[in-house]
Amino acid sequence: MAEALLAVAGLRKRFGGLAVTDEVSFDVAAGEIHAVIGPNGAGKTTLIHQLSGTLRPDAGSIRFGGREVTGLGLARRARLGLARSFQITSVLPGFTALENAALAVQVRSGSSFRFLRAAAAERALNDEAMAVLEQVGLGARAGVMAGLLSHGEKRQLELAIALAMRPRLLLLDEPLAGAGPEETERLIGILRGLRGRYAILLVEHDMQAVFALADRISVLVYGRVIATDVPAVIRANAEVRAAYLGEDEAA
Amino acid sequence: MRAALVVLAALAAAPFLGFGEGYSLTLLARVMILAMAAVSLWLLVGGAGLVSLGHAAMLGIGAYAVVVLDDARVTDAVVVVPVAMAAASLFALATGAVAIRTSGVHFIMITLAFGQMAFFTASSLAAYGGDDGYTLYGRMTVLGHRWLEDRMVFHYLCLGLLALVLLGTRMVLGSRFGRVLRAARENPVRVEAVGFSPYPYRLVAYVLAGAVAGLAGVLLANAAEFVAPSYLAWQRSGDLLFMVILGGLGSLQGAVLGAVGFVLLEEWLGHLTEHWRLIFGPLLVLSVLFLKGGLVGVLRRG
Repeated sequence: MAEALLAVAGLRKRFGGLAVTDEVSFDVAAGEIHAVIGPNGAGKTTLIHQLSGTLRPDAGSIRFGGREVTGLGLARRARLGLARSFQITSVLPGFTALENAALAVQVRSGSSFRFLRAAAAERALNDEAMAVLEQVGLGARAGVMAGLLSHGEKRQLELAIALAMRPRLLLLDEPLAGAGPEETERLIGILRGLRGRYAILLVEHDMQAVFALADRISVLVYGRVIATDVPAVIRANAEVRAAYLGEDEAA
Repeated sequence: MRAALVVLAALAAAPFLGFGEGYSLTLLARVMILAMAAVSLWLLVGGAGLVSLGHAAMLGIGAYAVVVLDDARVTDAVVVVPVAMAAASLFALATGAVAIRTSGVHFIMITLAFGQMAFFTASSLAAYGGDDGYTLYGRMTVLGHRWLEDRMVFHYLCLGLLALVLLGTRMVLGSRFGRVLRAARENPVRVEAVGFSPYPYRLVAYVLAGAVAGLAGVLLANAAEFVAPSYLAWQRSGDLLFMVILGGLGSLQGAVLGAVGFVLLEEWLGHLTEHWRLIFGPLLVLSVLFLKGGLVGVLRRG
């Protein structure tokens, strides 16, 4: 079998005496939606930070597209096609939605050390940016300052920016966080539309969404992956129920 | 950009509206030159989010390049201007390479430290007058012509260059480069997450601003035909920073409005009373407290 798009092996990270990531190994195949779930404090965010390049693991390796990326920073990994969205919305509030997406297009279309021509007038950048905004249903809001968008629209924009990078893998950190029922519905629809076209690593709290979307699920508890399998098997796994799903039912 | 255009038009018309004699033109030249330096600082503060408290060093290095060349009897603009701009850029590159690795208060402190280093170096240059400063033999020539001795020519040269710098900076801010720079000011993590490392963009902006401030330094030296270490003092950096904030960080033209407002207010109060600083200080405090968004903000609302 060819190497997976993302292959994580033996990843470890300690904060003081606490092992936040403990021998984590899993992989994401091309075109697969792989969800990572786990109770609060399981180390999901720390894992995302290590995968995206904002936090260095103590040990282990991260290979992406057949290449060792463990030592690379956020910007380098992004240019290799690893697009990350943030749990807490991270857009450019003083830029229009279109410009937010156009900046991401700019990364992979020629040098950005161009000083005189107005970037806002570059058709090629704007057209591609517009295409991704339409893909996430924000086409009509292209000219609005990102800071003035509603929370749900910002989540959509966050996705649009990631798509504008034409990534090979989307690293989505709780894309549904804070979204209302209608917004959640719409966002799940958008994510479903991405199935097959992008590999997605989805970290999400919303169990309904996870089980509806994921091809495979990894369960993270106290920094360790206790199971990786297809949703039906995960749902039936006793250890998982005890560690996580049971907690949800009790709540 | 309308307010800046009005100011430029007023400066163009000023010699014909009763401000054509020596004293007024000297004052107006000072306004335009400091405005140029303020525009270059705005690129850093307003554009890149880099609050530098050492910008006077770039200005002073441009001025001291004029001194060194003047002492060696090299006085033609064709040589002086490129050398001065290159010297200021190199200083910006070397200090910026270190300073831009820091941020926030640390960046302010490190630019201040580099600025003071340049100030003390200038003070210790005994060959060029040390603390007392250096009087030039005369203004630069242009291809051998002594055009700049003419006050009107110098006035319109400063005006032309200010307009050019303003236009150029505006274009840079709107370019791909400027977009990355502005985005990194708003949200550096987002910029990195799409694949840009902000560092080289900020460093290039720092060097560009240094070059423009160096040009302003050349003009400042020629306007007064005198250069002293006080050109590099941190108070001058503070003045420039104040002009930028007084004008407003919301728009590039704030730098021009701030410089004009600052210099003219200083001048006017100086005529009213010798204790003008007692009034100037509190006025600056009040302007920060009550002019939200600076002079540009007032114009937008008004």
